[in-house]
Amino acid sequence: MYSDTPIAGPYAHERTSVSRIMVLVVLALLPATLFSLWQFGWPAIFLFLITVGTCLVAEAACLRAAEKPLRPSLLDGSALLTGWLLAMSLPPWAPWWIGVLGGLIAIVVAKQVFGGIGQNLFNPAMVARVALLISFPAELTRYVAPAPLFSPQAPGFGEGLAITFGLDGSDMVTGATLLGQVRTELGQGHPLPDILPGIYQPWSDAVGTLAGSMGETSALLLLLGGLFLLSQRVITWHIPVATIATLALAATLMNLYDPAHYPDALYHLVGGATLLAAFFIATDPVTSPISPRGQLIFGAGLGVLIYSIRTWAGYPEGVAFAIVLMNTCTPLIDHYVRPRIYGRDRKGAPIEYADDADAEVTR
Amino acid sequence: MKLFNIRGGVHPEDRKHLAADQAIEDLPLAPLLHVALQQHIGNAATPAVRRGQQVAKGELLGTGQGPISAPVHAPTSGRIMGIGSFPAHHVSGLSVRTITLQPDGKDQWLEGIEGVPDPFALDPDEIAARVAAAGIVGMGGATFPSAVKLNLRKKYRLHTLVINGAECEPYLTCDDRLMREHTAQVLDGARIMAHALGVTQIIIAIENNKPQAQAAMTGAAADSPAVRVAGLPMRYPMGSEKHLVQTLTGRETPARGLTADIGVVVHNPATAFAVHQALRLGWPLVSRLVTVSGGAITRPRNLRVPLGTPVQQLIDYCGGFREEPTRLISGGPMMGNPLPGTRVPIVKGSNGVLALTAEEVNAQAAAPCIRCANCVAACPCGLLPLQMAAHARAGDLDGTVRLGLMDCIGCGSCSYVCPAHIPLVQFFNYAKGEMAARGRAKQKQAETKRLIEQRTARIEAIQQAKREAMAARKRESAGKPPAQTPADRRAEA
Repeated sequence: MYSDTPIAGPYAHERTSVSRIMVLVVLALLPATLFSLWQFGWPAIFLFLITVGTCLVAEAACLRAAEKPLRPSLLDGSALLTGWLLAMSLPPWAPWWIGVLGGLIAIVVAKQVFGGIGQNLFNPAMVARVALLISFPAELTRYVAPAPLFSPQAPGFGEGLAITFGLDGSDMVTGATLLGQVRTELGQGHPLPDILPGIYQPWSDAVGTLAGSMGETSALLLLLGGLFLLSQRVITWHIPVATIATLALAATLMNLYDPAHYPDALYHLVGGATLLAAFFIATDPVTSPISPRGQLIFGAGLGVLIYSIRTWAGYPEGVAFAIVLMNTCTPLIDHYVRPRIYGRDRKGAPIEYADDADAEVTR
Repeated sequence: MKLFNIRGGVHPEDRKHLAADQAIEDLPLAPLLHVALQQHIGNAATPAVRRGQQVAKGELLGTGQGPISAPVHAPTSGRIMGIGSFPAHHVSGLSVRTITLQPDGKDQWLEGIEGVPDPFALDPDEIAARVAAAGIVGMGGATFPSAVKLNLRKKYRLHTLVINGAECEPYLTCDDRLMREHTAQVLDGARIMAHALGVTQIIIAIENNKPQAQAAMTGAAADSPAVRVAGLPMRYPMGSEKHLVQTLTGRETPARGLTADIGVVVHNPATAFAVHQALRLGWPLVSRLVTVSGGAITRPRNLRVPLGTPVQQLIDYCGGFREEPTRLISGGPMMGNPLPGTRVPIVKGSNGVLALTAEEVNAQAAAPCIRCANCVAACPCGLLPLQMAAHARAGDLDGTVRLGLMDCIGCGSCSYVCPAHIPLVQFFNYAKGEMAARGRAKQKQAETKRLIEQRTARIEAIQQAKREAMAARKRESAGKPPAQTPADRRAEA
């Protein structure tokens, strides 16, 4: 007969689950990912598979070690997504061991050590990227210009294997990212109007022809994916809008102050991993604040940090650092920024009305 | 009319189509009726009849006790079979004091029952007294004695009566049918209540998924400017009293207060209907409308059910189960409670009996929280359900209370949207229950302490008196030989 286990209601539930959320995020990432894989050819495909594969294996091994059931956690898609985002943030032609090491750091150190899904303080993919960048700066900053799959200058399957597995990486055509190149040239004392025209065309670059990590390539497709997530209500607008608006505001102000040394807002949105971060990484629910106001603060802090690191710190791109730094603020933000409780003022005291006699329902 | 926004809320599938087009039908009398003596918030009624006694329909079976209580009446004419224990209409399935009545089939009203020709000529106190005597309680499910709410005018400055026809719980359609089929009576009851409250303004608030009820009410109220019909946006929990008032007035009810604090009293249409019957016809509350619905019910219906009818009777009348239900629920799926079985009787607060399939309930094993904050966005009270649940889970009750546990209305919106299927409401109910237990323990402790202190004071006073008597005697004996008191003589003997 019917179950009379006295568990509280409701006895209806929205058609939703953790894996559904993860699947939607993966779906949103798919266009940008496929485009990048096509742009960077076989080596990128190998690195992507290695990174994602390592994450899944590491997740399974950790669950086994912790004597937790494998299926529910592996099938929720969170490890897949972590590996996916990590792969998107690596140079596409990086050697295989970068992907393996990154995957292990992300899953073992940044996620499972904290207790698995929902327990980690920092975004696993970003922790891995930061650790790799600090430990292996050479491999992590060796970028190639896009060479679409099956085009004459693209490496074939065999060459791709050779590149990824380090058998023959000597003749790799390396290039710097837009942000890296501009930083270098600015450092040499060239003004922006001399640097940019040769290497940067805002609109065509937005489509995806820039050198960089896979997730930095097509701002447009990432934006589309982000809008899809918003439309599916997987994420709310607060973090992306706050991040992008703050970054754009900072860039615009500095650009107005000195256009020769500070690029405009569009440059900061199109170049680097701004959109990937704003829509896909900063919105990671586990490591971002839970209240809408807290999310706005989080996003604004992220925008300021990204701009500051890119402009004044030692690295040309600061998205990963900015996210990890803001992750540390999340518990603090959640502690201090809470929604106002119904019937109470911000301090928690019951609302008082000055004159109840005037309380007439508006017609 | 201008409406205001409320925060949060969810949009559950309303599934009202199952029963919305079924006209109200009278449920045939069951062979035995079990009238519980407590069908309301407050003190239980005490029996006013004996075993074997013949009663008429509407005759008093139990008298209300104390300021917050309600009497119960015979749902039909028949013989009292016994006064004893019977499983309650409650998730616990525990037995409560219940009067069992065997109908004689005549369904004969008590002689001398009659209404008031003009209720509006009555003093508000007299209306409240009649509502109290009729055993009317809040029929949306809260079952708070209505007369107590009608007397709020003595303490508060009221300006509006709201008839809460939101019926925001999925499946339930009995208020909808009532407003469509008994429009004039509901309106009349509302007017009588407004008169008793001393307010002129009446708002009948109905969600937009009940256009026929809205049209019927608008038509009936067309000639009275003091009565307005508000079309509410469809959003759960629109029918929560405080949120409904906020939607209509833009004002939040102060925490731990009543809507009367901001001049508004809210009643259910079924309560208005019962008030109409009590005042115009003199009928006490002996039956109510119940929606029997859910995917496992063969023919969903809206039934007029004599109070005390076993739930099984309703299910049988609706063709039984189409398939084995996963859950049998009293009330709506969002805030209703599981029934312990089908033997239990219908009570004044039962607005629905739902037999839900596994597909409808969509229960899944809970996964870890990923802090997605969907619950924060869904909470109509501005709480942080995920954090409250985490504290409750860790046994940190004080932390849960600090986060606003006592401001939680238990609407279940958070659980409904949780992608990890965490039973958030279960945690809150647990914490609330523990807090209540703590409160009781504290009260008991204080009472014990008070009694001990009284006893100590009493003993102290006796000893003091003895010492004084002794001293007096000594003083006396110093002057003259002691005179023997009766006690001394007994001691010598």
